[in-house]
Amino acid sequence: MPDSTFLDATELVLNMGPQHPSTHGVLRVILKLDGEKVIGTECVIGYLHRGVEKIGENRTYQMFAPYVDRMDYVAAVSNGLGYCLAVEKLLSVEAPPRAQAVRVILTELNRIASHQVWLGTHALDIGALTPVFYTFREREEILNIFEKYCGARLTTHAFRIGGLQYEIYEGFEEDVKKFCDTALPKFDDYEELLTENRIWGSRLKGVGILTAEDCKAYGVTGPLLRAAGVKWDIRKAMPYSGYEKYDFEIPTRQNGDTYDRYMVRMQEMRQSVRIIRQAVEGIPSGPIMAKVPKVIKPPVGEVYVSIEAPKGELGYFIVSDGSTQPYRVRVRPPSFVNLQSLDKMARGALVADVVAIIGTIDIVLGEVDR
Amino acid sequence: MRKFLRAVFLVDLLRGLWVTFRHQHPRNIQTEQYPAQRPKVAERYRGAPRLNINPENGETLCISCNLCALACPENLIVVGWVRDEQTKRKVLTTFTYDVSRCMFCGLCEDACPVDALELTQDFELAMYSREGAIWDRQMLEEGPRPTRYRY
Repeated sequence: MPDSTFLDATELVLNMGPQHPSTHGVLRVILKLDGEKVIGTECVIGYLHRGVEKIGENRTYQMFAPYVDRMDYVAAVSNGLGYCLAVEKLLSVEAPPRAQAVRVILTELNRIASHQVWLGTHALDIGALTPVFYTFREREEILNIFEKYCGARLTTHAFRIGGLQYEIYEGFEEDVKKFCDTALPKFDDYEELLTENRIWGSRLKGVGILTAEDCKAYGVTGPLLRAAGVKWDIRKAMPYSGYEKYDFEIPTRQNGDTYDRYMVRMQEMRQSVRIIRQAVEGIPSGPIMAKVPKVIKPPVGEVYVSIEAPKGELGYFIVSDGSTQPYRVRVRPPSFVNLQSLDKMARGALVADVVAIIGTIDIVLGEVDR
Repeated sequence: MRKFLRAVFLVDLLRGLWVTFRHQHPRNIQTEQYPAQRPKVAERYRGAPRLNINPENGETLCISCNLCALACPENLIVVGWVRDEQTKRKVLTTFTYDVSRCMFCGLCEDACPVDALELTQDFELAMYSREGAIWDRQMLEEGPRPTRYRY
């Protein structure tokens, strides 16, 4: 057999997306193929660009808070927390302990919800149709808690600069505790469907390997980094919002392949339940809002605050010129940075593996394009 | 050997099937029969806006302070008022709210000092024209009229 394939066409260029369902939105990947083998990829992004950073320059600090929810809409609460923390640092105020505890509970619930969306859609890409129904059903309970707490389910706008706008509703603790009790058996169900499953294993094991060195070189964070064996979690490394008070572990794995990322995320969901249980036990009493002026005019300066969003390090860089509007808001979105490692992972893989690799990065195109 | 037998008898797949079988119980049905059954949204739900009136005399609670319009990130609220020459107080004349641009963030509701502007629990906002999305004072004061579907 000669090396060249049919009609001497050794290289085939295939467009995947922007309307391909398993690119999770409007991502376009140009695949260079040699038969079934991927010899190179190129991501074309920007189809969902809304200019969120530019919007921030034309809004006051409070007004911009609802917009950050619309970047990573699957984990809107985390986005809001990062932005509020950044402005609070700029103003050098700190949210009261009660607000911090509620913030931790809601952010961790959102982490579980985000991972559930990821698990359902990722399994759907691989070909397992069942988990998506179960994960979305359980996610509904979290969204109901959000709805009861702040009145919105997806783009929550739950936090305000300086603390919280809404006091927790009556029965909040019971709802959260009930969710924690019912969630763990449900996670076991997901694992029973997938972890041991031979098809799941053969589709994921050894696919899309990203070593710790590659992760550091690309700036990849979150579960991708932890699956490569690096114990890096901003909640532990640079605690914010009172995370140092809670006892939890950073789950890591060694191989850095798609299967390990799945295992890391499953473990993270369990650790989140552990944090929520500790936080909901002792919500301190007191005010929920720090002393923040009605018109926020931070001093001239710049600040960078990063938090551990479900998808990785989410950073906000805000430059203030002393007026009521930020001079510049720069977002360091985890999905955008993690997506850059797609080429490294997909090279040498098969076309079907590209779907698995895109799924495992856990991208939200709203955040990639902003 | 044990691993081999487990592989031959498809133990991993059967365990997954057992999970799906267990979840088939009617107790696990989560489907909402909307619109036959109206979903019950939370008390704090941020839906269609309403301009509250005093139920006793039908006068508006709004004091035309314009704070909601200033708080709105999308600049979609327009408050019109005239100054009453005798009492020197502002009297509300018009109130326009563009629902098509609203993202229901709740900032106007937070800004209102007299609880006049409120985001209600109504969530059915479909309309036939874009002009219908711009709600005037009369529409806002009447409040949401949820459609009752008959089956």
